[in-house]
Amino acid sequence: MMVDSDPTALIPEIALLLGAVAGLLLGAWTPRRRQWTIRVLAGLAAAAGLAATAVAATRPPEVVFGTYVLDTATHTTRAIVLVTTLALVALCGDTAAGHRRETEFVVLVQLGALGSMLLGGAADLVLLFAAFLLASVPLYALAGWAKQGTATEAALKYYLAGALAGVTTLAGVTLLFGVAGATGYAGVAEGLTRGPGGAAAVGLVAVLAGLAFKAGAVPAHFWVPDVADGTPPAVAAVITTLPKIGALVATYRLLDTAIPADIVDWPLLVAILAAASMTLANLAAFAQTSVLRLLGYSTVSQVGYLLMAVAVAGRAPLAEPALLFYLAGYAVTNVAAFAVVAATAQRSIDGHRGLARHDPLLATALVVALLGLVGTPPTAVLFGKLVVFTAAVDGGLAWLVVLAVLNTVASLFYYLRVIAAAFTAGDNDHAGAVDHAGSGTRSRPWARWTALGTATLSLLLGVGAGVVLTVVGTPT
Amino acid sequence: MLSLIVFWPALVAVALSVVPARAGTRVFAGAWFATGLVQLGLVAVVWAGLPATGYGSVERLAWIPSAGVSYHLGVDGLSLPLLALTAVLFTATAVYTLRGIARPKGFVLLFLALQAVSAGLFVALDLILFFLFFDLSIVFMYFVIAGWGTGAPARRAALTFFLYTFLGSLALLLGFILLALAGPRFTFDIPALAAQNPLADGGAYAGLTLLVIGIGLAVKTPLFPFHTWLPPAHTEAPAAGSAILAGILLKMGTYGFVRIAMPLLPASWRQFALMAVVLGVVSVLWGALVALAQTDLKRMIAYTSVNHMGYVLLGLGAAGLVAGSGEQARTLATAGATYQMVSHGLITAALFLLAGSLHERGHTYDMTAYGGLATRIPRFAGLFAVAAFASLGLPGFSGFIAEFQIFAGALGAVPVATVIAVTGVLITAALLLLAMGRMLPGEVRVPDAPGTPRPFPDLGARELLAIAPLLMLATVLGLLPRALLDVIEPAARSVNDLVAR
Repeated sequence: MMVDSDPTALIPEIALLLGAVAGLLLGAWTPRRRQWTIRVLAGLAAAAGLAATAVAATRPPEVVFGTYVLDTATHTTRAIVLVTTLALVALCGDTAAGHRRETEFVVLVQLGALGSMLLGGAADLVLLFAAFLLASVPLYALAGWAKQGTATEAALKYYLAGALAGVTTLAGVTLLFGVAGATGYAGVAEGLTRGPGGAAAVGLVAVLAGLAFKAGAVPAHFWVPDVADGTPPAVAAVITTLPKIGALVATYRLLDTAIPADIVDWPLLVAILAAASMTLANLAAFAQTSVLRLLGYSTVSQVGYLLMAVAVAGRAPLAEPALLFYLAGYAVTNVAAFAVVAATAQRSIDGHRGLARHDPLLATALVVALLGLVGTPPTAVLFGKLVVFTAAVDGGLAWLVVLAVLNTVASLFYYLRVIAAAFTAGDNDHAGAVDHAGSGTRSRPWARWTALGTATLSLLLGVGAGVVLTVVGTPT
Repeated sequence: MLSLIVFWPALVAVALSVVPARAGTRVFAGAWFATGLVQLGLVAVVWAGLPATGYGSVERLAWIPSAGVSYHLGVDGLSLPLLALTAVLFTATAVYTLRGIARPKGFVLLFLALQAVSAGLFVALDLILFFLFFDLSIVFMYFVIAGWGTGAPARRAALTFFLYTFLGSLALLLGFILLALAGPRFTFDIPALAAQNPLADGGAYAGLTLLVIGIGLAVKTPLFPFHTWLPPAHTEAPAAGSAILAGILLKMGTYGFVRIAMPLLPASWRQFALMAVVLGVVSVLWGALVALAQTDLKRMIAYTSVNHMGYVLLGLGAAGLVAGSGEQARTLATAGATYQMVSHGLITAALFLLAGSLHERGHTYDMTAYGGLATRIPRFAGLFAVAAFASLGLPGFSGFIAEFQIFAGALGAVPVATVIAVTGVLITAALLLLAMGRMLPGEVRVPDAPGTPRPFPDLGARELLAIAPLLMLATVLGLLPRALLDVIEPAARSVNDLVAR
């Protein structure tokens, strides 16, 4: 537990932090029309972080500062978070450019990304909580960024739910510390075997509640649809993508290394959470008329599939690569879906009528993104589902896979509603929302190109699944 | 070589996607036709090089090694006829489409994509690769039905089709995962799994796996009681879509039984073969009886598909009843089932294209609205009569060879079921003769728009060129069956050996 580790091991994190701080300072002294420089700076920071991650990934796994693990999971988390950050910074181009608070948008995204990254690598309960706060607080502010009525409501809901989740997490951390007498995961795992099991279970449930809030899983998912629908699509894309990455890897690491399954039966607990997330979110998504609300519920159901991999942590060799690969696929595909909506600037499903006629490329991106979320070939999520299902069957959760299959079919129904709308001509083809959706997309080039780029990436990730899975599946 | 066959239509589609949509039907459908001819040529080359046993033209690349998935292609006597059928039917459909279609660019691009995935499915030797093509065929067909069908009912039918068959495909995925996890080595490779035979002992796990895979394939085939998506999808789809749906996509289900369910789960197949026989016979009778009650021509043809696919299952089930029949009989049954797939593909596609032509002229599928077509449009009447006789299994056509072999092979093992199934042939004969009797002879009666009689021309050159070759092939296969049977039989024998071990 010596604090004499090499700080260069944390270059990706430091790059994000420096980018954020420098961006904030620079933004304060830059006129509004030149604030795009802050976005460029953020992009450079993320690119530098990616390069550093690639170099760091070649080294053997180690623990730095006694609390932070550098292994395949952390490196992959870093890479996913940084690529997502790049996409998100590009996506916000139309929403934020020339806006009074452009700098704030970019800086808040970077700080949220940093928090998510730290969550992924944390191997200590205290660091876990600190990362939880770092991943939460900037995003509360971001939810309220637009300062419109619905955004304020969304921000407040998000903040209140987050405050509750934060307190719960802290209580859980305290309990676990009290039982185990240590905060490092290795120490916790050892200490729990001696302490009272009941208290450990309560503490774990409390910590999981906080992480479920970050991931947007049932039962802490109530804020998701409101935030997705209340904020601009670019903001919604950030909040439904970034924190999930860190939270799910953090959950995996905590359960896999710190909590022995014979003390608390967490596999069953997580499996139930997964089942509830996918089922409830799918049922809720059926009736939606707002695309953003629908996508919000879809992100909750996706967390359900992701939690399947967490539920078999340590019991199936494919569980960790499955989780990481699915996360990567989910992140790019989800950003693509939100980016399409950002490009059309239509919140309702009907507003997307006629999209295929006016902007066939964007309509194709929409099909790739939504069918990608369902998991049709050859997108990344399909292979994510394939490995997650395989891991779950291997880990003895075949019933959960059956449920996930049924849910996937059910989810197809509401995704198809959006796709069918995009391929239907508008009722009055000469005026109204139809032409708006079509012709407007080219006036939002950043969102449009982000949508096309991430949709392509989701396809490439699917075709190149072999390479990626080999990388994330080999322990460094 | 097989990769080229599979991806050639996709490459053409990519190239065509940059051609502006106003180039018109002639350019797009013409390019599609040329693509089909080239694919046919390539298939002929593969056919010439087919080895006597085992897989030919094998290609294998590691794709996702950590998940046991490889890019593995190959053909044998079971898949090659279906691959050839794919090339033939898509080429015929291209000719048919040359006559004109709304929004030709999207239509042709979708069909080229379908052509690629259909060819891919029949040559895939990896379960996940098979699943990919299976799933993609659903996606593309959904867009064909929803986009080129008739309005709101078409979208509903497309949605039903998508949801239903997607459930089937995910069931299939679940079954594949169970299968891959059963063995000592985690792999999705079909020949490797057949060699390992991880579920040789049967049991509950193997039975469950067969159940899940069976449901997935039964939905696609479709077998009673999973057939309810089929009639609306066929009724609403454009003629070319129906032809491909019935001619190719349904075969993916039955092909899955021969390629996957039988050789990879031999013990369970033997155990539950009687189930397949029963489901097959029920489909035969149900399809025939419901078809008998239809007045809608397209729905009637759709239900005869359920009936004809039932014979395939009867044959495959009988081949699993090892104890009850000799090797000779089982080979007859399996080869007959494969022959039936090819034969049904040709004949049904022809029938659906004819139905499409009739609808174009009369704007209705209602058979009672037509009469005396033999005098009014004799070329149509002639082709329809030939197709109908071929479909009811008249000697001299491919359907007779197929059904005769199935019955001959199944009679020893399941005499009662076979006798019942034969009555299905009688009902089909009755309903097709009834349909012909309604529409072809007698006084000329065609649906007219109020006041102004519609022009009601006979089949054009392009329609003839699309439909006649299919029926000619069905006749050739009926007269010279050995040409195809010599290819099918060795492969059928090796599948039966795998089932019997």
